[in-house]
Amino acid sequence: MSLVMCLAIPALILSVDGDSAEVDIGGVHRRIGTMLTPQVKVGDYVLLHTGYSIGILQPEEAEQTLAVFRELAEVSEIL
Amino acid sequence: MEFCGSHTHALLRYGIRDMLPRTITMKSGPGCPVCVTSTHDIDLAIAIAMAPDTIVATYGDLVRVPGTGGSLERARAAGADVRVVYSALDAIAIAEENRTRQVVLIGIGFETTAPTVAASIVTASRKSLRNYRVLSLLKRTPPVMTALLHRGELRIDGIICPGHVSVITGTEPYRVIPTRFGVGCVVSGFEPLDMLRAIDLLVRQIESGAPGVENAYERAVSDRGNEVARELIDRVFASCEAEWRGLGAVPGSGLAVRPEYEDFDATARYHPDIARSVEPAGCRCGDVLRGSISPQECALFGTICTPQYPVGPCMVSHEGACAAHFSYSAGT
Repeated sequence: MSLVMCLAIPALILSVDGDSAEVDIGGVHRRIGTMLTPQVKVGDYVLLHTGYSIGILQPEEAEQTLAVFRELAEVSEIL
Repeated sequence: MEFCGSHTHALLRYGIRDMLPRTITMKSGPGCPVCVTSTHDIDLAIAIAMAPDTIVATYGDLVRVPGTGGSLERARAAGADVRVVYSALDAIAIAEENRTRQVVLIGIGFETTAPTVAASIVTASRKSLRNYRVLSLLKRTPPVMTALLHRGELRIDGIICPGHVSVITGTEPYRVIPTRFGVGCVVSGFEPLDMLRAIDLLVRQIESGAPGVENAYERAVSDRGNEVARELIDRVFASCEAEWRGLGAVPGSGLAVRPEYEDFDATARYHPDIARSVEPAGCRCGDVLRGSISPQECALFGTICTPQYPVGPCMVSHEGACAAHFSYSAGT
């Protein structure tokens, strides 16, 4: 198995059990360690790196970034 | 300069590098954990793998990186028990299943990976797992950024800071870069539009003559980063000097296991005598990692050294600049 070391992928928290959680990664379920994000709750999207959640994605910020992306897309259409 | 190997990959994969105006040149930095691991440290990992009653657990690409005489993959062929793991948690599970043998995780990576390795040591300590150890080759990004700029080999106008390292570190540690070197920093995500936005922000900083630190990966990175993860790193590791391929020893850029967790430190148990480590002949990975040459300028690139038969780690690793250029640069 190859691994891109600094790649982190979004995963949806399905259930939390102490220091671990069950997540959905594009339809695949996996148990991960949550020691680095003890505040996770069901429904959060976390960044998953080498079996641990390392951060929780911020939906508001993601929405703002998408707005910037849409703006960029409109500019490129004008060009 | 983009520091992170995954950014190099994204720039090439989506053709961004070729689309940029000629006034903008992107240089790959030393942001590939497998690539920056020194030949001496590879030799150390191989020597540990060859020790009796020892299982070595390692992240994927590292097994193929050539040391002075062979690789971890070759050691496995010679009878060593070398297992590829996805997570430090897998290495813990191997230790629980093999109580009579030592399990050594070869801990490579930057601040993204360091807290996960720290977490595994804390878990092993809680479980009183006496046969789990880590060879910490973990590295810190800000000290090497400073070392590279201090060297002054390249005239770098702006830096794209690694996205997932910054999830942990936050943006604060980069503040020293514009202050001390007058070089702007922008943290970027990994989508093509993330990268274009980061480049745009850097160009604006350069044009306005006001270098600063900006965050273009707000959905994952906060100014303060992940404090829980950083506390865990600090609890288990202390900063130390580390050896980087291409850059040599960089003060404060490594993470050594603290004496309190000595029972989980591979260097407390294994003291192999490593003869002088020798780089592969003709390999210029060190120069590539400093951004001093592009992969195509290495005489071995694409002829003797290919992803199938790699000579140096930058061609082995999926995050390596040589592998990225080989995969995505047509006709070069």
